[in-house]
Amino acid sequence: MLKIIPSKQNLPAKDRKTKNRERFIMSIISVTGLKKAYGEIIAVDGISIDIEKGQIFGLLGPNGAGKTTTINMLTGLARPTAGKIFVDGIDGIKNIKKVQRIIGIVPDESNLYDEMDGFDNLCFCASLYGIKKAEREKRANKLLEIFGLKNTGKRPFRAYSKGMRRKLTIAAGIIHHPEILFLDEPTTGIDVESARQIRSLILDMKRQGTTVFLTTHYIEEAERLCDTVAFIVDGKIIKKGTIDELMENEGNEHILKLTLEGSVNGIISDLQLNFPNFRIKPGGNNSCFISSVERPSLLPILQYLDKKGISVYEAREIRPSLEDVFVKVTGIEAAELKREKEGVRK
Amino acid sequence: MNAWIAYWNILKKDIRNYYLKPPNISWGIIFPLSWTLMQFIRTPQAGAAEAKQLLPGLMSMSVLFGTTSMLAVTITFERRGRSFDRLLLAPISITAMVLAKISGAVLFGVVMAFLPALLAAFITDLSGISWGMGIISVLLMSITSTLLGLAIAVSSKEVFEAQTYSNFFRFPMLFLSGLFIPIDNLPVFLQPISYCLPLTYGVDILNKAITNTGIMNVWFDCLVLIGISILLFCFCLWNIKKKWIL
Repeated sequence: MLKIIPSKQNLPAKDRKTKNRERFIMSIISVTGLKKAYGEIIAVDGISIDIEKGQIFGLLGPNGAGKTTTINMLTGLARPTAGKIFVDGIDGIKNIKKVQRIIGIVPDESNLYDEMDGFDNLCFCASLYGIKKAEREKRANKLLEIFGLKNTGKRPFRAYSKGMRRKLTIAAGIIHHPEILFLDEPTTGIDVESARQIRSLILDMKRQGTTVFLTTHYIEEAERLCDTVAFIVDGKIIKKGTIDELMENEGNEHILKLTLEGSVNGIISDLQLNFPNFRIKPGGNNSCFISSVERPSLLPILQYLDKKGISVYEAREIRPSLEDVFVKVTGIEAAELKREKEGVRK
Repeated sequence: MNAWIAYWNILKKDIRNYYLKPPNISWGIIFPLSWTLMQFIRTPQAGAAEAKQLLPGLMSMSVLFGTTSMLAVTITFERRGRSFDRLLLAPISITAMVLAKISGAVLFGVVMAFLPALLAAFITDLSGISWGMGIISVLLMSITSTLLGLAIAVSSKEVFEAQTYSNFFRFPMLFLSGLFIPIDNLPVFLQPISYCLPLTYGVDILNKAITNTGIMNVWFDCLVLIGISILLFCFCLWNIKKKWIL
């Protein structure tokens, strides 16, 4: 769970020290006031995140929000302008090479060697972590099998399909058994089956105790995988919490979906006049949405419609999704977010 | 962590992926061969007797062309494909990583340098050559030229940019380092430039080793080459940290 940390300035020096230590013990990743500026452009603007060991954390946001820059700073590919990073208690700015020993990184674009085959790519990546030949070959074979790439292990990387490339890049990111795995857009631009396999592998890694830091623009993916999420827009985290917390706090409207036997045209305004406490919107396919802060009582509505001779085909309560929360908090339509990202990929 | 495992595997990967590729091998053979033939055609009467005189220049040129372009191009290529990020994200020091990258190019340079010597062995008597001194010279030249290539790679964003920059340095060196025209025969205003070029000192050691005609003290030549290598290495490390870890 994301913790709210009281301002350090309000604590006496001794308590501050204890608080810091507690925080580092509890959180495997602790980021405070992290900022990155490229000249006058501020890519990341003072973000603070705490991630507990064994969790899947999702960073959601549109293109250019600062997701990749954040990962780059956490993994040592970019130098922060300000702020603090602690990874498993290690100062991530001063001792980045120590941090790199316990993390695995899967960038948004596959960065393996085109001229090498899958097996050699994995063995090479393992060698960068000082793993000996016999062990790295054993691990490479095992990973090729897990990822369903055993038969293509001797094929050059350049001949791999998009989904296969993604899977091998993930395999390369975990070959040294990292404690924390950074995944930048792991399922973008790949086929449904490969995306499903990757999601299942991420959950497997979590079950084995790996902490996962994930960026994605697929909100439903974040909802399905993540324990905690943060929404990032223009370099700032505008909302963070567990999925349940976010839904509870932001999705505080009750919504009913009514599907009628006939058309809803003309009925919406009529319903709105008679039930002024509800907000009523058309929903397409003979349906409408009835929303209010308090749970709407279905009976008076059904009675009213019955009086009018209108039959109701289906009535059900709609639970707000993470997508609804995201749209509400950021003002960015989820479909727009997806289109934007996939447009860039093409 | 055993950094040697990472070092050795980066070196092995580079040799296999880049240096042992047919275009590079053929470049390494054709380039010195064509220059040797060109010199023979130019002065056929000198024939075999002149082959020994030409050897220091041909060997130096093979090192220079083999190393500067290779490292500059391969690094820029890896940077563009983002596979270089994998090395920056690995828990090995940037110094170890740079050493591994330059080792491949240095080895390639050394092998390329001895190809003209191998060709010359078929047409002239190579006895009396101080091979020990020759190897030291080729090794030092190979290191400085490789580091020059790395300095170019760090300053370039694209492969063609790296090639342009490396030509900008290589061609003046070809004519000003005493490879084919003795420095004393150059116009007076060009001579100070010659003494600023690392290749001048490498060629001087080779001249002494092969034809016993060097003009400076061998130890002085070695010290200058080592000094330039250290300076270039520090510059490359500083520039990599500054430019590639944004």
